[in-house]
Amino acid sequence: MSNHLLSLLIWLPVVGAIPVLLAGAGRPGLARWISLLVAVATFAASLALLPAYDAASGTLQLNESMSWIPSLGINYSLAVDGISVALIILTTFVQILVIVGAWEVIQNKPHQYMAAMLILEGMMIGVFCATDALLFYVFFEAMLIPMFILIGIWGGPRRVYATLKFFIYTFFGSIFMLIGLIYLYHKTGGSFAMSDMANVHLTLTEQSWLFFAFLLGFAIKVPMVPVHTWLPDAHVEAPTGGSVVLAAVMLKIGGYGFLRFSLPITPDASHEFAWLVIVLSLIAVCYIGYIALVQQDMKKLVAYSSIAHMGFVTLGIFIGFLLVRETNDPDAARLGMQGAMVQMISHGFISGAMFSCIGVLYDRLHSRQIKDYGGVINVMPIFAPFYVLFAMANSGLPGTSGFVGEFMVILAAFSANPWIALFAAFTLIIGAAYTLWMVKRVLWGDITNKHVAELKDVNGREIFMLGAFAAGVLVFGIWPEPLVHLMDASVARIVEQLAITKV
Amino acid sequence: MPSINDILILLPEVYLVVAACVLLLLDAYLKPGQKGTVHWLSILVLLVGAYLVVSGAPTTPATAFGGMFIRDGVSEVLKLFSLLIIAVIFVYARPYLKERAIPFGEFYTLTIFATVGLMFLVSAGNLVTVYLGLELLTLSSYALVALNRDSQLSSEAAIKYFVLGALASGMLLYGMSMVYGATHSLDLHTIHAAIVGTEWKTLLLFGLVFMIVGIGFKLGAAPFHMWIPDVYQGSPTAVTVFIGSAQKLAAFGMAYRLLSTGMGDIAGGATGLAPQWQLMLAVLAVLSLAIGNLVAIVQTNLKRLLAYSTISHMGYLLLGLVNAGPEGYSASMFYAVSYALTSAAAFGMILILSRSGFECEEIDDLRGLNQRSPWFAFLMLLVMFSLAGVPPLFGFFGKLLVLKAAVDAGMIWLAIVGAVFAIVGLYYYLRVVKVMYFDAPAEGTDVRATADAPARWVLSINALALLVLGFTWAPLLAWCQRAFAG
Repeated sequence: MSNHLLSLLIWLPVVGAIPVLLAGAGRPGLARWISLLVAVATFAASLALLPAYDAASGTLQLNESMSWIPSLGINYSLAVDGISVALIILTTFVQILVIVGAWEVIQNKPHQYMAAMLILEGMMIGVFCATDALLFYVFFEAMLIPMFILIGIWGGPRRVYATLKFFIYTFFGSIFMLIGLIYLYHKTGGSFAMSDMANVHLTLTEQSWLFFAFLLGFAIKVPMVPVHTWLPDAHVEAPTGGSVVLAAVMLKIGGYGFLRFSLPITPDASHEFAWLVIVLSLIAVCYIGYIALVQQDMKKLVAYSSIAHMGFVTLGIFIGFLLVRETNDPDAARLGMQGAMVQMISHGFISGAMFSCIGVLYDRLHSRQIKDYGGVINVMPIFAPFYVLFAMANSGLPGTSGFVGEFMVILAAFSANPWIALFAAFTLIIGAAYTLWMVKRVLWGDITNKHVAELKDVNGREIFMLGAFAAGVLVFGIWPEPLVHLMDASVARIVEQLAITKV
Repeated sequence: MPSINDILILLPEVYLVVAACVLLLLDAYLKPGQKGTVHWLSILVLLVGAYLVVSGAPTTPATAFGGMFIRDGVSEVLKLFSLLIIAVIFVYARPYLKERAIPFGEFYTLTIFATVGLMFLVSAGNLVTVYLGLELLTLSSYALVALNRDSQLSSEAAIKYFVLGALASGMLLYGMSMVYGATHSLDLHTIHAAIVGTEWKTLLLFGLVFMIVGIGFKLGAAPFHMWIPDVYQGSPTAVTVFIGSAQKLAAFGMAYRLLSTGMGDIAGGATGLAPQWQLMLAVLAVLSLAIGNLVAIVQTNLKRLLAYSTISHMGYLLLGLVNAGPEGYSASMFYAVSYALTSAAAFGMILILSRSGFECEEIDDLRGLNQRSPWFAFLMLLVMFSLAGVPPLFGFFGKLLVLKAAVDAGMIWLAIVGAVFAIVGLYYYLRVVKVMYFDAPAEGTDVRATADAPARWVLSINALALLVLGFTWAPLLAWCQRAFAG
């Protein structure tokens, strides 16, 4: 059983989607309960990773390997390290809340919605487990299909435009990565195993080409400036659950991809072009922050703030090259990388929570425009504290998880170059500005819109959903130690690799 | 003198000819009410043919009639999948033909004769056999396209197909005559041996160019693709599905025999004309990818869309052939099989959703299909994502293999071109999914699957196979590789 834990995690939700589809047609209640059951079971199974995984060593563990295509040397091989374990648990946790969040909200074909969500969950877990590059690619692409359907059927008025843009944009990035992977397969002499690819000798020119192929694939997923334009569209048009999964998990796959591909396979090119990624990250942090400030649409605001926060992830990852290879400060590199990972998990909770909050408001008023709200706290006294908490976390208030990761990255950046730290620290001001200004306009003040006066406060289901998010945000804000411990050894291994040159 | 051994090697073909003649007679004597018998008998005939192909397969390549006919792993794979796919097509075609009162017997017997031509073509060891097989296949196809006599579109398509097809055959024959002039032989292996070290390179090159025109026409590769959209759209859909799926296997077989067996490949160091035809095919591939994908974007007719998509898929198939080595050929053959299966399902869907007086061939006819028949919408979704090459569907792995073949051949630029056009192609496949899933059903239309149960079941299996084969394609690949290993 424990030998196949990872396979179980991947395929349980996918197989669970079949009864949801079959039994759920015409019986929405049944579909909801089956999907909740599947999601909870998957979450329980993912918790079993914690005792099974030895966090002290940080190696890839719980290996599963099966020959898939013997004549090409492609294997169905899975393994996880501390980073994957954390991301998998985040995925399964968020998934429960997404299904709870959609409970009464999705009335049009709920069984198809739930099934698409479950299949999506399986594919995302697959991405975090795969150690064969082709298997990774298959999961990486396969998850686009359910997301395409989710945005397209249950999305807003411009959903078709948004979902096509999302799919084609992402596909565009990854297909060049596929050519890169085929080239690497050619170089390794017939192996798609990521570990073999990491060991193959490559000249700087080859590495540079591959680096840009990977960069295109993962930068679009993260998304980084200037290839971020699909994200605001997709977020605005997606149903609440789609936005939550997109922000909480899918964006993380881009950051995860950098760790698994760019860093080990093209270390020298990554060092060579680290400045590029750092500059783009800083643009995301500062400039996109300003863009968020002027948004009229709450979802768009949070979408842009996601791009800004993901800038810290890429910054934390690539600052390591400057620290290890130029200022010779591996401890700071480790801190930065650690911060990037904490930021990934924390942003998963915060962005998921923000989108859920907006979903709660949207379900009631059917508007996402900030100007339609105002004085919500008067009619929704239970909802308001949650909203304020998540907004504070989004602006990086100490004591919430949003603070921990950003602070670590800024500290590391300071060791590399104080100027980078200065620009990165801008987020503390801008982030607070756009988030708190939104809170001010939505929650405080007098009720100007008569529909707001009729709003009902959150019900038990919504309190459960928001409460769970709040717990995540607070626990990892006050006591990040378990999370850091889980990932520390794995991060240390990655930082060690940064110093190894392949040329 | 033909020995009994020669006949045994040809057994599946001989059997099919006899069976087709019997079916033709039977059809003439059956009362109108009993015509259904012909349908089931024809399917049985094909399945028995498929059994004969597999059961009698020799362990090492066997030749008959002094090398005119080759029976090896390649022909086995191509014949088996052609026969199976054509049997599937017969199941799809029945309700369609019945409702349109298109003559049953002629459709089945002509298709079986075309199949015999197809089988000769992929087994050809001699230029004459290539030509004979090709003519039997195409002549039967011309008649099939014109089967719906009263339809203007159908007659127009048939004439277009005939005129252009005859021209292409002429080109091919002209090229063959030059090759014969340079090598003094019609036997493909002898030609291969003669090419290495001959002084008649110029004449041979001329011959090669004309032969590639013929191959390009049969494949439907740009710039010899002009007939494809009109013929696909104008033919009765039951015939389009045959031209669009099984015939692509034949075209691959023909290209392989003429180019690799005949004009030389890179295996064993004896290059022959391989460097020349590699480059020519690369040009055809790029043109097909570009024209097929770009023009498909503006199509509103589903059959025409699939026609342009065929052109682009032939571009991918050529990427594998460009490799000119066993890995490339097996990738191409794998691609041909995966494409034939997928396109059979795509056209099958049009057949299933059409009914008396209504052709479900506009993309807009599929509007809101998910509301009415979620199951068939899901199947079409699988087909579309497979055509687009999105994992984990079967079509992706074909693309992976041909891209890999191009990279292995040192033509990374070609693989990148293939990748770029995959993105372009994605758009119009997604548009079909969009229409089915995201649009509300149009007023006054009622598109649903009205075909009989066998057709619906077989279509379900056909489309689900695209998903299942996406996980279990290893045996098929190994089989393709084995076919070219010896």
